[in-house]
Amino acid sequence: MVCDICHKNEASVHLTEIVDNQITELHLCEECARQKGAQMEQHFGLADLLAGLADLGQQFEVGGKSEIKCPACGLTYEDFRRIGRLGCSECYEAFKDSLSVLLKRIHGSTQHLGRSPAKAKTETPVEKKSEVSILRMRLQRAIEMEEFEEAARLRDKIRALEAKEKKEKENRRVR
Amino acid sequence: MKLNDLINQNCEWLKGTGPNSNVVISSRIRLARNLSRISFSHWANKKQKEEVLKKAKEAFGSSNYTKGALFLQLADLNNLDKQFLIERHLISREHAMRSNHKAVLVGDREILSIMVNEEDHLRMQVMQSGFNLGEAWQITKRLDEDFEKSLQFAYSQTWGYLTACPTNTGTGLRASVMLHLPALVMARQINKVLQAITKLNLTARGFYGEGTEASGNFFQISNQVTLGHSEEDILDNIERVIKQVIGHEQNARRALFEQDRARIEDRIWRSFATLKNAHIITSKEAIDLFSKVRLGVDMGILKEGLDIQTINRIFILMQPAHLQKIEHKTLSAQERDMKRAELIRKELGGN
Ligand SMILES: [Zn+2]
Ligand SMILES: [Zn+2]
Repeated sequence: MVCDICHKNEASVHLTEIVDNQITELHLCEECARQKGAQMEQHFGLADLLAGLADLGQQFEVGGKSEIKCPACGLTYEDFRRIGRLGCSECYEAFKDSLSVLLKRIHGSTQHLGRSPAKAKTETPVEKKSEVSILRMRLQRAIEMEEFEEAARLRDKIRALEAKEKKEKENRRVR
Repeated sequence: MKLNDLINQNCEWLKGTGPNSNVVISSRIRLARNLSRISFSHWANKKQKEEVLKKAKEAFGSSNYTKGALFLQLADLNNLDKQFLIERHLISREHAMRSNHKAVLVGDREILSIMVNEEDHLRMQVMQSGFNLGEAWQITKRLDEDFEKSLQFAYSQTWGYLTACPTNTGTGLRASVMLHLPALVMARQINKVLQAITKLNLTARGFYGEGTEASGNFFQISNQVTLGHSEEDILDNIERVIKQVIGHEQNARRALFEQDRARIEDRIWRSFATLKNAHIITSKEAIDLFSKVRLGVDMGILKEGLDIQTINRIFILMQPAHLQKIEHKTLSAQERDMKRAELIRKELGGN
């Protein structure tokens, strides 16, 4: 069997990938497989993801976004689009806007819910969120998930809380 | 413990026991972690990679789970050794490519392995035999907690553990289950099942014996989403789906045997006979025949003197690098096919 990419060498690596509910078979030679490297090993959906990245590029790069550079490691957004990997943990902050959209697209979420290092719990001062800001986060999520009943309920709750806070402030001022 | 001792060892995840081991071969948990304030390995310079290696080594030395485990620097290994580690699922193909500043730690009975400086600084992997993600996760969690004491991981309140690839961000957790689904393939139901799986935030792909030839009956199912769900939720989701797949496979096996018992038994016995008598056999042919034989053992048709553990052991040993290590010399593809047949005949007590 001949390699699907170079159509020259004998294919020795065989891949089954499921993209958009279509099963595709890829037969590659060692060389082409190596070039596809990372993609075939652990990240089954990477072809999809990178295509998604390219789309994002068109959508979000009006202002020359690919020029943005991570101040810590020097990786540019263009680099990231090319290699599909970030350069360091600071990149997450540097490319925050585009990454939020991308992460949302991959995972359907932008808020971590799992384990955290014990140190992060004790050493890093955890910013304390007010009840209103937590409700706002949930409202945002509800809107994104198109849970409109829940969203309406949260909005009412936020309004009520804000009205209450305002009143308390005024009362304090009066006194 | 040395690298060459591994060949005589039966690794834990291939012992052929554990829950649902007639359908599920093994369960794996992989966790991606990076040290804060150091570039991810694929982007790091030499000095940074050396620093990661040094810190990882110190952490391994001070944890009770990894103290005294086999620690190998990839630069010290030749290509055959690296291929050997790939065949044992201890390192990825990617890890073997450019070896500088890369290492792997191999724990007792190969339950645990940790790649250092793959695309992330640490890739911890815990394997269990059968359908046992829960136990694999418990071990992984204890390990993670222990390393936390000496290593500061890159972590954000919003995005969780920060990884080189955004597909791992959040928990950094990839849970995979390797399944043997011959009846669903024979009944031509497999595509339907796999397509349903991909709609549930999971990925499925064919699993290949030696990374060369395809075998249709082995599949690996993994979670795709790592951000926005707790580890327990992620495991819960994949476990729920796998349970259904197991149920479908068992139903398909029952139905096949009711409809076509004689023909299925014939195929199983013929496969067994071929393996016991072949003098030249490729990986692909061997994997396909062993799939039938495994089904025969699982269904109680092949009983005498054959167990799943033996089949699993042959599966590992018959791969190219293993054959060459056993023979202590380089073998051509043709020579390997002969040695493979010889090994199988010997293990199965054939002719
Ligand atoms: Zn090619
Ligand atoms: Zn960076």
